Amino acid sequence: MTDAWLIVIGVGIGTVAIKASGPVLLGGRALPPRIGSVVALLAPALLAALVVSASVGSGSQLVADARLVGVGAAAVALALRAPILVVVLVAAVAAAVARFVGIA
Amino acid sequence: MGDHSAHPMSDSPTPPGLRLYPGAVTALPLALVVGMFGVSFGVLSVSSGGIGAVQAVVMSASTFAGSAQFAAAAIAATGGQPITAIAAALLLNARYLPIGISVARFLPGGSLRRPVLAQLVVDESWALASKGGGEFDGHRLVGAGIVLWLAWVAGTVVGVIGGEALGDPARLGLDAAFPALFLGLLVPQLRSRPAVAAALLGAAITVALTPLTPPGVPIIAASAAALIALARR
Repeated sequence: MTDAWLIVIGVGIGTVAIKASGPVLLGGRALPPRIGSVVALLAPALLAALVVSASVGSGSQLVADARLVGVGAAAVALALRAPILVVVLVAAVAAAVARFVGIA
Repeated sequence: MGDHSAHPMSDSPTPPGLRLYPGAVTALPLALVVGMFGVSFGVLSVSSGGIGAVQAVVMSASTFAGSAQFAAAAIAATGGQPITAIAAALLLNARYLPIGISVARFLPGGSLRRPVLAQLVVDESWALASKGGGEFDGHRLVGAGIVLWLAWVAGTVVGVIGGEALGDPARLGLDAAFPALFLGLLVPQLRSRPAVAAALLGAAITVALTPLTPPGVPIIAASAAALIALARR
């Protein structure tokens, strides 16, 4: 409960500050190119980390369970250019089925 | 609002509400998708280990940044410390620094109003407002942003109400929805070789550190992969 509020408040204040700082600090100017290029790579690096941790992470362990089946199905759906909402649904259904039939 | 801003560049004959209208209308199809994501954020927040119903709604209203909210919720759900959840979410939102800079001079109003309107910047409203060549339609961005914000918050409310009735999220495969969502957000980012390299390195760092560090820490460490931007070229 308290931890959850700490996260809500911390992420909230931080995000408001980040979004506001463009107009406040730099007006119309651009970021220095070297910093800009690092910031541009933050999203792919972090999203890949989140894919790994959310599909095989469990506390401090790496485990292969039904989530991996779901992510595999999601990858196939993405390769078929399915909309992201369909991708998420496919993953959930695949994981639920894998768990129900007991393969993972 | 306009009386204390000595900006010479305002005054078109169209009233402000009407100028937001085109952006609001073009955002409607996207609002449906964003609303559905809000529902899934709400559902996951009230599932076991989630951040909770009221917290989820307050977060959607105040933060308005989907992937960062999902990241914070995912780290909290795996038992990560609040500070690691916050740091990971803010690193994901770091992209709003350059994005905010890119739109700053196109936002309506003066130096007091622009930082407020900048809160409506999300990937989708930013993309809708782009006119190409680094030019943006600020009114379009604000109109779209308002509609998307309403959809995001309303979806979260629906999700937390419906989610409590859904029961065990693992049985429904909802725990696989997190990584699938992140994968879906990752793929469009992989348009350049440095981006692919950063993603692979970030994934490798996470695999290597997960057994060694508290939950959430590997994700923050993975942000170091972005530094390859300095090594190349």
